[in-house]
Amino acid sequence: MADRVRTSGATGAQMRHGPGRVLVAVYAVLGLSATVRGAYQVLAHFDEAPLAYLLSLFAGLVYVVATVALARSTPASWRVALAAVGVELVGVLAVGTLTVLDAADFPDGTVWGHYGRDYGWVPLVLPLLGLAWLRRTRPATR
Amino acid sequence: MTPVLAWATGVLALVVTVLAGLATARGRRIDDPLLIGAAVLELGLLVQAVIGFVALAMTERDVDGVVFSGYLLTSVLIIPLGAFWAVGEKSRWGTGVLLVAAATTAILVVRLEQVWRTGG
Repeated sequence: MADRVRTSGATGAQMRHGPGRVLVAVYAVLGLSATVRGAYQVLAHFDEAPLAYLLSLFAGLVYVVATVALARSTPASWRVALAAVGVELVGVLAVGTLTVLDAADFPDGTVWGHYGRDYGWVPLVLPLLGLAWLRRTRPATR
Repeated sequence: MTPVLAWATGVLALVVTVLAGLATARGRRIDDPLLIGAAVLELGLLVQAVIGFVALAMTERDVDGVVFSGYLLTSVLIIPLGAFWAVGEKSRWGTGVLLVAAATTAILVVRLEQVWRTGG
């Protein structure tokens, strides 16, 4: 397929093959659980903490974008994936710090709260793995 | 919902998780025994979903129907989607995908049982 030829980067690695296959699977799981939970929070309990629940939904959608971009495995989706993974890293560090310092009135149960503690720290580790994988699969011509 | 069924599907999900983990660590591609194990797990999850929906319709306890139904539906989707994504990869990483799917299913079953027991 044409896009496979174009996406083979300097190392010949492709985003959706090899370790990338598992990365996409973990991203899909986190995207699904965080988005559904965020949507439920917004729909059912919006008045309790509107900002936190909107952020929760936003975080979930960023994981979905990253999942699709990694799975599509094209030079354009490589850049989308880089942006999404970057937003995740900044988000989990910022929201994690806010919740640990208790600076903001955050309720429990948001995916980035306490650096992703409720999700087994996966939200903290995943963007680091994502960035490492994107580095290895960087398209040759940009 | 019966605790017995949740235990059965939960333990089965853990068994598939461990087997897929061992196979991934040894660099094995997905083989028939693993896929059969995943299929048996899915069968148990389907039975659990049917019984769960019936139990939700009949119970007089206050169980959050949206949350419980969401977990039931998701519990039967993860393994087929994971298997589909896994068999497209002819390396140890395809087996790794099945590991992720089975581990996710195990967590879902635990949450499902919690939601049923505590109401939400």
